[in-house]
Amino acid sequence: MNMNLLLAGFGGQGILFTGKVIAYAGMLDGQEVSWLPSYGPEMRGGTANCSVCVSDAPIGSPLVTAPDVLVAMNLPSLEKFEPSVVPGGTIIVDSSIVSAGVKRKDVNVIYVPATRLASDNGLKGMANMVILGRMYNDIKFCSEEAFREGIKKSVPARKQELLDNNMTAVDIGIKSGE
Amino acid sequence: MTEKILMKGNEALAEAAILAGCRHFFGYPITPQTELAAHMSKRMPKIGGVYLQAESEVAAINMVIGASAAGARAMTSSSSPGISLKSEGLSYLAGSDLPAVIVNVQRAGPGLGGIQPSQADYWQATRAPGHGDFRLLVFAPSTVQEMVDLVGIAFDLGDKYRMPAIILSDGLLGQMMEPVVMPAGSNTKVPERPWATCGHGGKREHNIINSLYIDPPNMEAITKARFRKYEEIKEKEQRREEYLTDDADVVLVAYGASARISRSAVDMARKEGIKAGLIRPITLWPFPDKAILSKKAAKAFLCVEMSMGQMVDDVRLAINGKKDVIFFGRTGGMVPTPAEVLKEIKKIKGGI
Repeated sequence: MNMNLLLAGFGGQGILFTGKVIAYAGMLDGQEVSWLPSYGPEMRGGTANCSVCVSDAPIGSPLVTAPDVLVAMNLPSLEKFEPSVVPGGTIIVDSSIVSAGVKRKDVNVIYVPATRLASDNGLKGMANMVILGRMYNDIKFCSEEAFREGIKKSVPARKQELLDNNMTAVDIGIKSGE
Repeated sequence: MTEKILMKGNEALAEAAILAGCRHFFGYPITPQTELAAHMSKRMPKIGGVYLQAESEVAAINMVIGASAAGARAMTSSSSPGISLKSEGLSYLAGSDLPAVIVNVQRAGPGLGGIQPSQADYWQATRAPGHGDFRLLVFAPSTVQEMVDLVGIAFDLGDKYRMPAIILSDGLLGQMMEPVVMPAGSNTKVPERPWATCGHGGKREHNIINSLYIDPPNMEAITKARFRKYEEIKEKEQRREEYLTDDADVVLVAYGASARISRSAVDMARKEGIKAGLIRPITLWPFPDKAILSKKAAKAFLCVEMSMGQMVDDVRLAINGKKDVIFFGRTGGMVPTPAEVLKEIKKIKGGI
């Protein structure tokens, strides 16, 4: 496994949290992982992104400039990062927010109406977990046990009541790909 | 506490300092270092320690001087512009032979510069952290685990040699999360400090902590004694890690974040049949010149930094004109890619 992942979207969509779940899951699976957030003015200006590497070899640069997988949860993120995805890579788009399609023909594209799927199921604000579930369904970057444990470890102790909802959202995402 | 956990570099370093017996932290917020101070502010009150947000960086470093003089393991942290403000205090710490740990999570400079990762404070840390004839111990972590492991070493060597130590990190290492194992800290024992100016109930001669020596012969003798100590440190405390250097034609020299990128570039070069290797200085002062000199088979050295070329001076001083030393760097908050470094390796390989 050697996955360089870039997650991008609006601040508040849970971009950094989603990245943390992936890194935790990879670590619990026995792989090398890194997580690097964008920091600085863009955090206040509305967009957030984060680089995650999962690899069986030690990780060199934690900054992902040519992602194998791009998760775009808004249009500015898709426009900004679409050109940087490696040929043959994967772009996952929240199609209930991003209306324009992916222009590139040399990448795999997965459209998930994550925001709508989340709100239809009473899980408003958990589109990120729906996307995560879908991503896991299509890219098995770790064992399912490690994946579920990674989610548990990432939800802080004082928010454990949200764990079930997070798991439900992930399962909705997984089902959307089956 | 030996479980592998995922932690940000800044927070991991702060927690490791606490485990190393640090109970006095004085800081002032600045990106990309702020999580370090924030972690201290959460933890210190719970363990009977002191977290104090000073009115300025200058005030914070002077509080470190006071706490260290009184015998406490004290620490401050900042990012590049903030470290410049602390330089007077760093000089006073060195002139008073006081141990303390100062963390610089480097960002781009000069001036306010930018907030993205940089390694442009190498000269400042190793050459002129303040006025006067002195050195500081300088440690350069390159993983979150090393942000943890080097803190205890910095405190211990600072105590052993009675001098301040800098941990020269950068925004990349401070902000990233990586798996980390915290040391079992319960058995940390802070060494006795018989020189400290703490209360003693009149049972001994009083101690004096001072950096003012008006009499030139005395001042010269004290400075020379300090430099004999520096010679001993140069002999005993050079630290580095080597990767595939035994048969390497091209030896890369890189520290911190750029060492991670250089290691990836070495792997890429090896896949193409180019014999590349990496020396990663862990102490920047004392600089590991013995390791560099020992690479007799190397045909050229390539120094990779996130600056316009600063550590390359120390590589050239070590090589002393005997071999080619080439520099490659990005600056201003730009992080080089392994592919860029590989291109430089190939350029050199074409010439030897």
